[in-house]
Amino acid sequence: MKGVAITGMGILSSIGNSVEENFDSLRNEKLAITRIENITTVHADVIKVGEIKKTNQELIDELQLTADNNFSRTALIGTLAAKQAVENAGISSINEFRTGLISATSVGGMDMTEKHYYDYFTNPELIKYIGCHDGGDVAEKIANELGLKGMVTTISTACSSAANAIMLGARLIKNGKLDRVIVGGTDALAKFTINGFKTLMILSDGYNKPFDNNRKGLNLGEAAAFLVLESDEIVKKQNKKVLARVSGYGNANDAFHQTASSENGDGAFLAMKKAFEISGLKPSEIDYINVHGTATPNNDLSEGRAILRIYQDEKVPDFSSTKPFTGHTLAAAAAIEAVYSVLAIQNGIVYPNLNFETPMEEFDLQPQTTLKNKNIEHVLSNSFGFGGNCSTLIFSKD
Amino acid sequence: MEALKLELKNKIITTLNLEDIAIEDIADNDPLFGDGLGLDSIDALELIVILDKDYGIKLVDPKEGKVIFQSIESMAAYISANRTK
Amino acid sequence: MKKKTYINGVGCISTQKTFDTVFLEEAAYNQNDTVLSIIKPDYKDFISPASSRRMAKGVKNGIVASALAMKDANTENVDMIISGTGMGCIEDSEKFLKNILDNNEEFLTPTSFIQSTHNTVGAQIALTLQCKGYNFTYVNGAISFESALLDAKMQIEEDEANTVLVGGIDENADYTLSLFKLAGFIKKEQDQPFNLLTETSPGVVYGEGASFFILENEKKENTYAEILDVEIINTLEENEVETQIVSFLKANQLQISDVDAVVLGFNGDATFDGYYKNLAENTFAQTPQLYYKHLSGEYNTASAFALWMASKIIKTQEIPEIVKVNQVEKPVYKTILLYNQYNGKNHSFTLLSK
Repeated sequence: MKGVAITGMGILSSIGNSVEENFDSLRNEKLAITRIENITTVHADVIKVGEIKKTNQELIDELQLTADNNFSRTALIGTLAAKQAVENAGISSINEFRTGLISATSVGGMDMTEKHYYDYFTNPELIKYIGCHDGGDVAEKIANELGLKGMVTTISTACSSAANAIMLGARLIKNGKLDRVIVGGTDALAKFTINGFKTLMILSDGYNKPFDNNRKGLNLGEAAAFLVLESDEIVKKQNKKVLARVSGYGNANDAFHQTASSENGDGAFLAMKKAFEISGLKPSEIDYINVHGTATPNNDLSEGRAILRIYQDEKVPDFSSTKPFTGHTLAAAAAIEAVYSVLAIQNGIVYPNLNFETPMEEFDLQPQTTLKNKNIEHVLSNSFGFGGNCSTLIFSKD
Repeated sequence: MEALKLELKNKIITTLNLEDIAIEDIADNDPLFGDGLGLDSIDALELIVILDKDYGIKLVDPKEGKVIFQSIESMAAYISANRTK
Repeated sequence: MKKKTYINGVGCISTQKTFDTVFLEEAAYNQNDTVLSIIKPDYKDFISPASSRRMAKGVKNGIVASALAMKDANTENVDMIISGTGMGCIEDSEKFLKNILDNNEEFLTPTSFIQSTHNTVGAQIALTLQCKGYNFTYVNGAISFESALLDAKMQIEEDEANTVLVGGIDENADYTLSLFKLAGFIKKEQDQPFNLLTETSPGVVYGEGASFFILENEKKENTYAEILDVEIINTLEENEVETQIVSFLKANQLQISDVDAVVLGFNGDATFDGYYKNLAENTFAQTPQLYYKHLSGEYNTASAFALWMASKIIKTQEIPEIVKVNQVEKPVYKTILLYNQYNGKNHSFTLLSK
């Protein structure tokens, strides 16, 4: 099984507004976890976030939207990333083939809802934002800006959302339902999520340290990334450059707790196992694991144990979390990490797991802490979300 | 102290929406988590907010709750010793 | 050979009495209210107070509807859970957001935040059933449920699952409804009484509900219908719908005259009901036409109610008078087409067969 071809990518995150900028930051260890600027919150002095340092107005100008637009920030960054991806794939006529869009988001237009919630009744100019709250509105706007008329849908399974969007896109192509699918996710920072994670007491007041014994929690981030998946027929017909392939995927449910992962990472284990089954690869063939690695005490322990269960007596490959660079970008996380996985394959690079100092006492697992150059054929990327939602993707060299 | 314990039982029942539990069902030394009242980690976070909101005690690490929330007895003792309101 | 997909169990919580009844014999057409509320089941029969204490309304309805569907299908285990919801558990989202704004981000508790996560219904059903399989949640307006249905059908075709629990859930919440009224999504009180087929006013009558289905790769004695195909298209002009339907039917070796009944998503919004009227007056003039949103209300996953209704019709071969748009009848109801859209966007086509 060769897997489904990836022919284009687009991304906006705190470490860059294009694929090139993101790669440059990753290669040069330029993390972007800072104080929050675009949102007024009482937690501003306590938390650090991975924020895209552009105002909504700047994003609107870039997209050349009219003044009466009702784009949420989630839709703004999503549209920019999707446009980059389509351009990168050299697509000029979007509806030429059966083309779909599978987006992912956790909060949708919550950034506008929370800003205007009590003002709608007194300020008629704001009413336009009422309709941009739901997750589907984001995909609707992206599709509209791309001129895409076919199948459009959105997945929302918390922090694994974009992995599931990529998975569905690959299946739609394999199944012959579509020829081309734009897949990814987008989430803007919102007071809603900041406070939500705060109540769960899993936000770090410093810099997140995945897989470190003294990790204290995560930094939230915002980002959007989209990838273009195309059928082999199109690739052949148009002589397309294949960046990498989606060769494996799996989703499973931990069925343990609404927010926490189980002790032994059952869901994570099952998701990885399924991805290996689909890809036909053996665990030993993976050259790099881009772990979910949120740096919460619970996630890293559970994920580490699940990885050890997969590898049993074999050596665990180089692994790292890129969340110290970008923060945890929720429904976009698996999409930006898919872009990073493809870049790792293209450039033969394992990214450093920044901020790591002390190995965890529960097991003998240490992430790669410095940039490492080596040939990479296959990358495994994990993404887990609330509700026990566990997803694994495997990317392979063409 | 007895009044505080009663107050805590009331609060726990209302805040955690324990419809089928009466104040008499909770003994002062019953474990609140696990085999006792059966509370879980999300309830623990709710209890942390009760400490903060009603008694002015801020916990930074949810792990601290483990000892404090063992029983009504331990919770009341901790609150009496540390309350700021 | 791709495996076929059969509906082997249904469960529906809606604004009508759709549980503990035969088939809409007690249904009532409420023409005066702009918002319809569900008829609540006795939750205690399905969920223990200890587990229901933190559950949102949508979660409870989802759990009950899925339990009804499983019982109906005589199954205790499912391989996968796939759900659709337009707005998720919006009541808890409201609660958490109001707490943030009213208390200046202080003294917040996690429960309503957790319940506001869109996949909470599917996740809590998985927890209840201890189902560790694939678990997806779709949130894309009017095609949220059809996305779940299409995914489930693909899973069965790919032979990844024998039994899939699939459903659509949405719930009403006061403040959100007041915003929808303000924005004109919901009809104005002064425009009542409403007649969804002849309305001249904009907006819709809103509703809520949870409908779940057991889909299996095996035909059984209690099978309702086979799902032949599901298609989702984001954008279609009014004059493109007929062509789309013709090619959708053709892909399934069928033509317009093979359709024994068509279920249309009339919601009484004069601005967009033209999509349905066109079909009713021309393409399907000789076909029995049915509607349902006068009973269920309009909401993102109302089309799951339509699938429940169509499944029942194929199984019982009876069409309740209250859902008929015209008086055309057929001796046998073998093939039913469901078509839905909202605001001219998010079009879905679902094809059922006996």
